[in-house]
Amino acid sequence: MNAEVAAATAPEKKEFWRWQENTWFDESKNWKDAKIITCGIDVGSVSSQAVIVCDGELYGYNSMRTGNNSPDSAKNALAGIMDKIGMKLEDINYVVGTGYGRVNVPFAHKAITEIACHARGANYMGGSKVRTILDMGGQDCKAIHCDEKGKVTNFLMNDKCAAGTGRGMEVISDLMQIPIAELGPRSFEVDEEPEAVSSICVVFAKSEALALLKAGYTKNKVIAAYCQAMAERVVSLLERIGVEEGFFITGGIAKNPGVVKRIEKLLGIKAVDTKIDSQIAGALGAALFGYTLMQKQGAKAA
Amino acid sequence: MIANYGYKDGSGEYYISIDTDKCIDCAAERACLTACPKNMFEIITDDYDDEVAWVKKECTRALAYDCAGCKPAAGYTSLPCASACTPGAIKHSW
Repeated sequence: MNAEVAAATAPEKKEFWRWQENTWFDESKNWKDAKIITCGIDVGSVSSQAVIVCDGELYGYNSMRTGNNSPDSAKNALAGIMDKIGMKLEDINYVVGTGYGRVNVPFAHKAITEIACHARGANYMGGSKVRTILDMGGQDCKAIHCDEKGKVTNFLMNDKCAAGTGRGMEVISDLMQIPIAELGPRSFEVDEEPEAVSSICVVFAKSEALALLKAGYTKNKVIAAYCQAMAERVVSLLERIGVEEGFFITGGIAKNPGVVKRIEKLLGIKAVDTKIDSQIAGALGAALFGYTLMQKQGAKAA
Repeated sequence: MIANYGYKDGSGEYYISIDTDKCIDCAAERACLTACPKNMFEIITDDYDDEVAWVKKECTRALAYDCAGCKPAAGYTSLPCASACTPGAIKHSW
């Protein structure tokens, strides 16, 4: 059998890890009425987001998977929302790049670290009461403290390994052959909460998860053990800088209740609720930085 | 802002903390730049337009090894970087 025939007859490989990409905009408003339009583009290691802010208010966003090329990921993320709302690049007054690939956003006027942007975005999404932010990204994890204006006062980043990150969760999703969005709810479908997976490395944790399955654990129990392990790892990161009330979680893992509820239990603090997609916090913060910079420039010109 | 550069792994926590509020108006004339034998520090303009020291990105994942030469086990009684920084902005977690 040649390669083409083999590809055509092979069963379709399901990508259980694939999370939902989405685009949203505020239909009650028209961007053409805005005086200042700014854009934040967060090119992360796993996901990319483009956020449009009109006069300092969230207008729309697009969230998608990062490709193998940062400039293209930035372009595609922005095109996703611009096409939907009929906007062109020249309609945007200021673009700020952030995230892992921030220096590779071709049309950005400025690059700002994701630490500052997540704090600013969380301040917008959760309000001025937000003081401690946990950003659980695709391949790193950050604990951030900020003041009432969203300015960073203390931060800690773990980017040395993928333990406690979205990529780790994707690996477990594929291993269990369960869609990633179902992992959180299924982690609670256990008679008894299992011990956390003990390995601190994603690669070893995968082996450990396999060993647990062989030992007779149900899939739900293994998922629960992995969610607990992730929660314990990020809590130890948070405890190093201290956790204050006004606790906010950003990044893709904030959508996984299996991890979030376990973090809340370990900390004894409930995370601030928001209706805005937690994954856009960095790009939103970048766009808000752009708005402030435009206002400053306007003030200088006047 | 207190910025913690480094990592935690199975052998311990390795973070260099820089209190940038003390670092902005440096009273030590950026002595950290020359004090570190591994040249780990550099001056950057941070996100809030302040000129502060930070640990170079390529150094943050190997602090346990790179800083070992300045630790008590190597004969030092105090860290050259922390001693040079008279405002007391630099601290090590280990």
